[in-house]
Formats: sequence, C-alpha cells, structure tokens
Amino acid sequence: MRSAVKMHAEDIGFSKLNQTKIVTTASELGRNVLEHGNGGRVMIEHIKELDRSGLRMIFQDEGPGIDNVEKALVDGYTSKCGLGLGLSGSKRLMDDFELVSQPNNGTTITVTKWT
Amino acid sequence: MTSETVVALSKLISEFKAEILSEWIDHQLKDPARSQSVPEASIRTNSAEFIKLFEVAAAKGNLVDISKPEWEEVQHMLSELSATRAVQGSTPTDTAKFIFSLKQPLFNRLNTAHGQTTSEAAKSVWELSLLLDKLGLHTTEAFQRTRESVIRRQQKEMMEMSTPVIKIWEGVLAVPLIGTLDSARTQIVMEALLQKIVDTGSKIAILDITGVPTVDTQTAQHLMKTVAATRLMGAECIISGIRPQIAQTIVHLGIDINDIVTKATMADAIKEALYRGGWVFERQLDSASISR
Repeated sequence: MRSAVKMHAEDIGFSKLNQTKIVTTASELGRNVLEHGNGGRVMIEHIKELDRSGLRMIFQDEGPGIDNVEKALVDGYTSKCGLGLGLSGSKRLMDDFELVSQPNNGTTITVTKWT
Repeated sequence: MTSETVVALSKLISEFKAEILSEWIDHQLKDPARSQSVPEASIRTNSAEFIKLFEVAAAKGNLVDISKPEWEEVQHMLSELSATRAVQGSTPTDTAKFIFSLKQPLFNRLNTAHGQTTSEAAKSVWELSLLLDKLGLHTTEAFQRTRESVIRRQQKEMMEMSTPVIKIWEGVLAVPLIGTLDSARTQIVMEALLQKIVDTGSKIAILDITGVPTVDTQTAQHLMKTVAATRLMGAECIISGIRPQIAQTIVHLGIDINDIVTKATMADAIKEALYRGGWVFERQLDSASISR
C-alpha cells in the first residue's frame, strides 16, 4: 500500500517532503486499520478543484470503533503499546483530517493533502 | 467407471503407445504459446517417461482415484517435473499444459481406433478427461509448492542478508538498515547487534537508516527499543542517515528522540564515534609521501 500511495503522490506532483508525509500517514493509518479495525479498505483519490489539486485517502474499517475520539487524538494516548502518536501525528502531517467513529460500528478516517 | 471402459482404455494406451506419444510430443512442440525455458529434449524424455508410467498405472484398473498407490509413481514423476520447471521459470499454465495436451492425442485414438458407439466413446472421453484433469491439477499444486518454498527461502536469505553488523573500527560497529523496519526485522537486527557487542566489546554502534524508506511511529519505536537495549549492554548508539524529509516528518509526528544521538550522514557518525573513542586523525599534507 505504501508504494501505491507513493506512486499516486508522485503522479500528482507533490514535493519530496510532502510525499514522505503522505506515505508516513498512510503507513500509520493503514496499520491502525489492520491492528485495531481487523482489516478494512483504503481508497486513494486524486482531487481537482478550481485552484488546487490534492490527494485524499479514506481508511475504512468495521472494527470495534473508538470510544473516545478526543482522547484518541491526544499525543501519547495509546490503547496498545505503541507511542500513541499515530493519529495525532497523522493529523499534523496532513492538511485535512476527519475522523468518524462509533463504538462497535467501525471507523472511517479521511485525510487530504493539497499541493 | 465400468470395468469394460477401463480395460478398453488401458488396452488402447498400450496398443497405440508410440502413436500417442509422437502425436503428443508434436502437439507440445507446436504449441505457439510454448515457453522457451523448457528444452525440446526434456519434453521428449519427460513425455516418454510419463506415458510409460501412465500405461503401467492405468493397466492396474483404477482410473478414478489418483491418490491410490498404483498412481504413486506417476504423481511422484509429475511433482518432480513441476518442481524442475518451477525452478527453471516456467509458468504454472505451461506445466499444467504438459498434461492437458495429452487429451487431444488420446481422444483422437479413442474416436478412430475403436468402433464404439457414440455414447460409449463419449463416456470414455469423459472418464479420461476427468483423470487427466486431476493429474493436471496435481502438477499445478506441486508447482505452487515449489514456488512457495523458493519464496520462503529467498525471504529468509533476504532477512539475513539485509541485516549485517559490521565492525568498522576498534570498538565501533555499524548496522546499515535497508528496507522497511518491521518487528521481525528489528528483532533480527537487535539480536545480531547485541551479540556482536558482546563478541567485540564495542562501545559504540551506528545505526544507519539511509535505506529505510519511511520512518513512522512504529519504526521509530523499534529504533528506540534497539537503542535502549544497546544502552543496557553498556554501549551507545548513534543513528545516522536521516534525510531532511524524514527529519521533518519525525518532528511533525511528535516523536521525542531527544536522548538519542543522531547524525545526518554515516561519515559524521563515524567521526563522532572515533572522536569519542579518543582517536585523532590528521591528514598528511605532503601527498608525495602517501603515494611513496
């Protein structure tokens, strides 16, 4: 998945730095889907608006969901034994970050980076 | 399957063995999609051997269950053939075709050589077709198994290959990390590094991450664990090869690496390590004295 995301990011013409940021985010959120959501789907979209273009990634799982979204976004909070920076770090790496989650109803995270 | 059909079939095979074989080989060699990785000579010998074993097995009267002992030799031969071809680089389709291409010559014989009624001929064709399908599937399975074992071996080799611990100076070790750092890789690196520290009594280890494509929170955590374990052994770690993009990404992720010594390049890290070890280097200005 990382290489697929990298390819798309290159296609859109992101700088080396932003490519790295996007791939790192994909790695973080992708792992969350696998480890917490018991697997799920990732969608990668090129988006074009009048004055800007970008890349959007949607991570979707049907796992247990997140009880307390605000708490999950605090630096250093972790439900397993990681560093607790995956979600909050991804939010800082990307331009837009949207998290929708209901307990027992899966989690969907949509992130966007503009060129 | 009725015994009549079986007898008819095995009789047919032994009677027209030579014709079937030559037609079959011809068929295989003329296949436009034939891969060049299998030489003509081996097709000839393989086919001849298969027909021989097939004749023997078919004569024993069981054309339905190929897991029975009478088919053991045929199965064994096919497994070996698939394995050889898998290593040579054929596709599974090519290998399965070896069996499937036998259908036409056999069916031709069935239709022409015997004055059977249409329904009998159709039945024989059906039975024979089922049998050959089973054998064909067997080759595909054997092919897959060989491929998998090749992949497993390569994976293991790659794992070992990609994590060398090099002694670059008295008391200084270097570990060039290449590829994604997952838990399994980290474990191998850590074990190799700690063992080498014990063996060489080194005081400084340089972890070079130039070849690590992305550093996310998990990679960082793995690195920090390695550093912590090294410290417990009484040695220090320097992490080198941090590219500008990775440095910025680490900062944005909010990973705290304050207590780890990091350097941009391996050269800087080596300099630092030697400096700490008390080594002083001087460049000789008179170049003539170097070339002697």
